[in-house]
Amino acid sequence: MTAASPVISCKNVWKLFGANPEQYLKSLTGNPGFDEIRQAGYIAAVRDVSLDIAQGEMLVIMGLSGSGKSTFVRCLSRLIDITGGEVQVEGRNIGEMSEKELIDLRRNKMGMVFQSFGLLPHRTVLDNVAFPLEMRGQDRHARRARALEVIELVGLSGREDYFPRELSGGQQQRVGIARSLAIEPDIWFLDEPFSALDPLIRREMQDEFLRLQEMLGKTIVFITHDFDEALRLADRIAIMKDGVVEQCDTPDQIVLNPATEYVAKFTEEIEKSRVVHAGVLARDVNGHSLTGAPVGEKQTILELARLLVNDSRDFLPVANNAGSLIGAMNRQEALDVLLGEAS
Amino acid sequence: MTDQAIILTGKPQTWTRARTGWALFALACVLAAGNYVLPAGLVRPPEWLILPFADWINAIFVFLRDDLGLLYLTRAFADGVEWLLDVTANLLYGKNRWPRVGPIPWTVIASIGFVIGYALQGWRLSLLTGGTFVWIAVMGQWKWAMETLSVIVVAAPFSILFGLVMGILAWRSKTFERILNPVLNVAQSLPHFAYMIPVVVFIGVGPKAGAIVTIIFSVPPMIRMSLLGLRKVPHEVIESGHMCGSTRWQLLRYVRIPTARTEILVGVNQVIMQCLAMVVLASFIGMPGLGQKLLQLLQALKIGRSVEIGITIVLLAVMLDRCTKAWATKQPEHFEKGTSFAVRHKFLLLGIGLSLACLVLAQFFPLMDQVGRRDAFTISKPIDAVADWFIVLIDPVTQWLRWFLITWVLIPIRDAFLWMPYAAVLALLAAVGWAIGGLRSALVCLAFFGLIAISGWWDRAMITVYTVVVAVCIAAAMGFPLGIWGSFNEKRASVALLICDTLQTFPSFIYLIPVVMLFGVNDVAVVGAVVLFAAVPLVRYTIEGLRQVPETLIEAADMSGATRMQTLWKVRLPMALPTIMVGVNQSVMFSLFMVIIAAFIGTQDLGQEMQRALSSTDVGKGLVLGLAVAFMGLMVDHLVTTWARSKKEALGLE
Repeated sequence: MTAASPVISCKNVWKLFGANPEQYLKSLTGNPGFDEIRQAGYIAAVRDVSLDIAQGEMLVIMGLSGSGKSTFVRCLSRLIDITGGEVQVEGRNIGEMSEKELIDLRRNKMGMVFQSFGLLPHRTVLDNVAFPLEMRGQDRHARRARALEVIELVGLSGREDYFPRELSGGQQQRVGIARSLAIEPDIWFLDEPFSALDPLIRREMQDEFLRLQEMLGKTIVFITHDFDEALRLADRIAIMKDGVVEQCDTPDQIVLNPATEYVAKFTEEIEKSRVVHAGVLARDVNGHSLTGAPVGEKQTILELARLLVNDSRDFLPVANNAGSLIGAMNRQEALDVLLGEAS
Repeated sequence: MTDQAIILTGKPQTWTRARTGWALFALACVLAAGNYVLPAGLVRPPEWLILPFADWINAIFVFLRDDLGLLYLTRAFADGVEWLLDVTANLLYGKNRWPRVGPIPWTVIASIGFVIGYALQGWRLSLLTGGTFVWIAVMGQWKWAMETLSVIVVAAPFSILFGLVMGILAWRSKTFERILNPVLNVAQSLPHFAYMIPVVVFIGVGPKAGAIVTIIFSVPPMIRMSLLGLRKVPHEVIESGHMCGSTRWQLLRYVRIPTARTEILVGVNQVIMQCLAMVVLASFIGMPGLGQKLLQLLQALKIGRSVEIGITIVLLAVMLDRCTKAWATKQPEHFEKGTSFAVRHKFLLLGIGLSLACLVLAQFFPLMDQVGRRDAFTISKPIDAVADWFIVLIDPVTQWLRWFLITWVLIPIRDAFLWMPYAAVLALLAAVGWAIGGLRSALVCLAFFGLIAISGWWDRAMITVYTVVVAVCIAAAMGFPLGIWGSFNEKRASVALLICDTLQTFPSFIYLIPVVMLFGVNDVAVVGAVVLFAAVPLVRYTIEGLRQVPETLIEAADMSGATRMQTLWKVRLPMALPTIMVGVNQSVMFSLFMVIIAAFIGTQDLGQEMQRALSSTDVGKGLVLGLAVAFMGLMVDHLVTTWARSKKEALGLE
């Protein structure tokens, strides 16, 4: 497997619920709509989704409730068997795996965090976190050592002997996160991990999550119905509606160039300047004479607002982290993002 | 079941359904009115219609027993059980069998009781558990109580294991569940005696038969609760188990069963309570212990002594119930880091320490080892004196009541039931069924009672029906006002519920003591016992139903200017009715059980015949009679649940 090939690759994935979905799917021609399928007595949870997730990427799947995002992520780990199409994980079709291979895959490669935590109520924090290791058959001592390590990682040291019901929601989700990390998975699924938490705690957990991701660099599929959360965390966002991925792109592109009306509606209320980075607006230099200090490609337009307003240059040079020039940003275009198009 | 009809018909849902119901009712009236001109075949089921079910069942049993050799299997199983019973018997009351170390001094068992109670819930439970054992020892009932307990100690684990396995199988396989469900329905409405007869055929009489009938009788609730618990495990917990890479077995062992812990332990509680109820009754098939003593004393009308035994049984029941409930609701607590071994295991150490101390002391003080008959206390004399005084005091009332009830209520109603042509009864039931649930319910009613008619036990069945009808009506007349009164304030309601719950843990046998004391051995005593037993669920569900009425509705009624009575009649009762009907349903079930048990104080109904079948070990007859009783219960259950479901839908409660 080369570095370029995707970790997870979905090709035309379908998931229908109903009496005899396989047969119905075969009889389908063209691309029927959600309502059409419902009239036939089936619920289309996932419709013809194809996407690739690269090594170390954080893909956020965004959609309102009932859009099929939770079902889709369960298709990726085969918690749900798909009706049609193919899901490949590291080049292997998981639909064709035997039960044993699937269990091996989950024991060594995958971790998952659930919205309502999914903790075992009769086990202590330590035993909950060590649970996947126990399933693998690791010995007691190794289990304990590793579990304590991840418990410290999520900041729950000293609470090892508590039972889930003795912890707050945020703490319980930390246990869920620790458990999913115990086996050092390469792929990390998070199904609305922070939705059940208070707004303040949610913010704190998001920061914590970003810290962990920076440290661990895993391939992540993150589900949320909160667009702000998606923008905050994502490398790429896939927006789902009625089982279809409406657009899958970087946050900047989604905000700047919404593919469909539905996506446009979502982005309407968003402060674009907080999302769009200088790097995205950088164009080929094309002979413009660039003067002065460059702006960093990772800086958002909002962060550059004062500069953009005060500066008199038409084009600003944009540099990457290493300091080398990657292009020029049209100041007017950037101001349009900041202030909205001049009408 | 005529007054069931009056209660149940209520408001018909559609005009056509009601019209069919009324038409059938009219048919029933015509049939009843024409009693004297009807052909004999419509008054009583004719000879040719009666099918020899009993012979068929007997043939099947003979085939199972002799040709299939099931007898050897059951005897082998029974021998295994007997070996275990001998071990516990030796430990608990010193029966001369392996391991020949017993009996354990009573102080040791009592101190373990104290510690278990304390560990489970604290001082109050500790006093109850320990105190129960002290009472038993001091009253000189140790041997009998231990005979009873030794059977429970063996039977309950078998039932629990068996029930859990069956529950898991039913949860795994939809087909198995579909087969199991009706079997459980019938099993749970079969009277106790119906279980005993086959056991006597296959195993004989005595403690091991008692243990095995107890095992069989107590399994159904465990199956139900395990299934329920496994179903209720949250979806995400199971998914998280999958994602942790559990195999199927690991998922069951480490995820599903531990998460279903509470429901499974509630099942354990029910198993133990059923065990106690059955062990007491198993005295009818030669099971020694408290039940046998109570039976003998009651038959000899020794009130004081039977009250003593009754108290012991009640204490045991309440103790076992509270302990297992405390266990079910107990949540694990963690210890701070660095807690020493002694503190972590303080209850274990305390238990061992106290037991050893008592063991040593028992060597020096024989009274701490065993309390002999001579040293035991008894309160039977004062109880007898009080009872005698009380009976003499209210004798005019009871005499009058007995006379009035027998001549003006019981006998006329019984005669009326017996006078009704069976065709009229069937038409009437069809009318009720139709009014409640349409054709399906009408057919269900006809099928259940039709089978009773062609079983050849119509007259006996009618006497059972009459006793239950009278008893449930009296119970309702007492229970509903009591329930309404109990529901008016929160504190009163919780006290009343606690009393009802405690009364429901008593084995049914206990209810016979006071009525025999008051009325002697006759029809009135039977009805009295049934009324007592049947009133408890009525009160309980009336209170519960009335309390569950949403607060906003009552506030809305108050703001509309309703008086208390108006609120009760127009808002609270209609809303509570579906729940109250659950109580009626349970009350009918309980009455059926009680009527059958009360047979030994003299009735002429199915129960009496069942006792005869038991003494002549006639399996076929016993099962036919048992099924007749079960069918009555199942029919009422069907009608009430159908009615309650449609009512709840209409009220938007579900």
